[in-house]
Amino acid sequence: MAWDRNQMAARAARELQDGWYVNLGIGIPTLVSNYIPDGITVTLQSENGMLGMGAFPYEGEEDPDLINAGKQTITELPQTAFFDSAQSFAMIRGGKIAMAILGAMEVSENGDLANWMIPGKLVKGMGGAMDLVAGVGRVVVVMDHTNKAGESKVLKACTLPLTGKGVVDRIITNLGVFDVVPGGLKLIECADGVTEAELRAATEATIVN
Amino acid sequence: MKKVYGSPKEALDGLLFDGMTIAAGGFGLCGIPELLIAAIRDAGTKNLVVASNNAGVDDFGLGVLLQTRQVKKMISSYVGENAEFMRQYLSGELELEFNPQGTLAERMRAGGAGIPGFYTKTGVGTVIAEGKEHKEFDGQMYILEKGIIADLSIVKAWKADPSGNLVFRKTARNFNPPAATCGKICVAEVEEIVPLGSLDPDHIHLPGIYVHRIVQGEHEKRIEQRTVRKRA
Repeated sequence: MAWDRNQMAARAARELQDGWYVNLGIGIPTLVSNYIPDGITVTLQSENGMLGMGAFPYEGEEDPDLINAGKQTITELPQTAFFDSAQSFAMIRGGKIAMAILGAMEVSENGDLANWMIPGKLVKGMGGAMDLVAGVGRVVVVMDHTNKAGESKVLKACTLPLTGKGVVDRIITNLGVFDVVPGGLKLIECADGVTEAELRAATEATIVN
Repeated sequence: MKKVYGSPKEALDGLLFDGMTIAAGGFGLCGIPELLIAAIRDAGTKNLVVASNNAGVDDFGLGVLLQTRQVKKMISSYVGENAEFMRQYLSGELELEFNPQGTLAERMRAGGAGIPGFYTKTGVGTVIAEGKEHKEFDGQMYILEKGIIADLSIVKAWKADPSGNLVFRKTARNFNPPAATCGKICVAEVEEIVPLGSLDPDHIHLPGIYVHRIVQGEHEKRIEQRTVRKRA
């Protein structure tokens, strides 16, 4: 047993606080918007130039001029504001965005994040990820705990090119939740049906508690 | 001085040369100068260095200039949607300089604003920082990034007036304003040219001082990822 994609997104949504401006990455992080707790208002930033991102449009109402950073058609809200890319990253770099929730290929015990390339294989680019991890107040990573071969992606040191060094605050995987603290990772909770022994065994990184 | 031209070809007349640097607006396929890209393809200008957040898809956007091998180098943040790009890059036919998205936007903004370089913490401790000047401010490390000044900017706006004032629409604004400002010459393609005086001066997104030539045309405005929800 472990959390599925939606359960991971729901767990990540519990990180949100009322009034926050938040940037959600592509993949599982996008699903977080489906689980924003009642009574909490958050404004979603899309780094292509929008604050106040709404849901997908109804069929037939798609607008090619209205997309999110994943290039998906979306809608606006009454509080929506549009701006250019320089302004968008000014608010990201300037620390105005409280939190980013991002996917990862690897994360290390000192908070290094790798999520943008596999040399010789996958060369897509970092997009806005390097700016986000450098600039936002808090970085939460949501990812599968292990790769297809069953090897830990929560490592002592990343093997892939980094997106940022020492930038991750919290890691949410299908098996549990960790915080990055001095000396390694602090185990915060286990996913439903996962024992602490299983979580520790699946983790290469140093766990300090 | 007349800024309105009759066709994309006329709007680019005398501006194109082999080996030039072009800054292009757009994000994915949203707000791209699709008519000017097609005119550059038809002109056959070669060895282009193109600064653009993305590289289009195989048969649309900047992808058409890759198909015709007119691009020598791309400066981009994300090129994942283009198989031909990947093929040319991995085989060594195409140079690629990855810039973090915010660094690319700010390099354009700075280039257009007379700022030759700026320090940013984006990319510190990554391959992006290799070979770049590092400097500490208040205990935090930053790297020096340079402004981009392009020979030509090509952008897409929603509306223009004959003086070159531009208004963009929704998220189609994206890289267009910073790209427009960093070119020695900027050509804008628009959906509609409206009479002088009909745009509210308080609602101009980019003042006409940055825009040298304008052309109106029909845009395909292709959607890259059509995502919808069902009516309840």
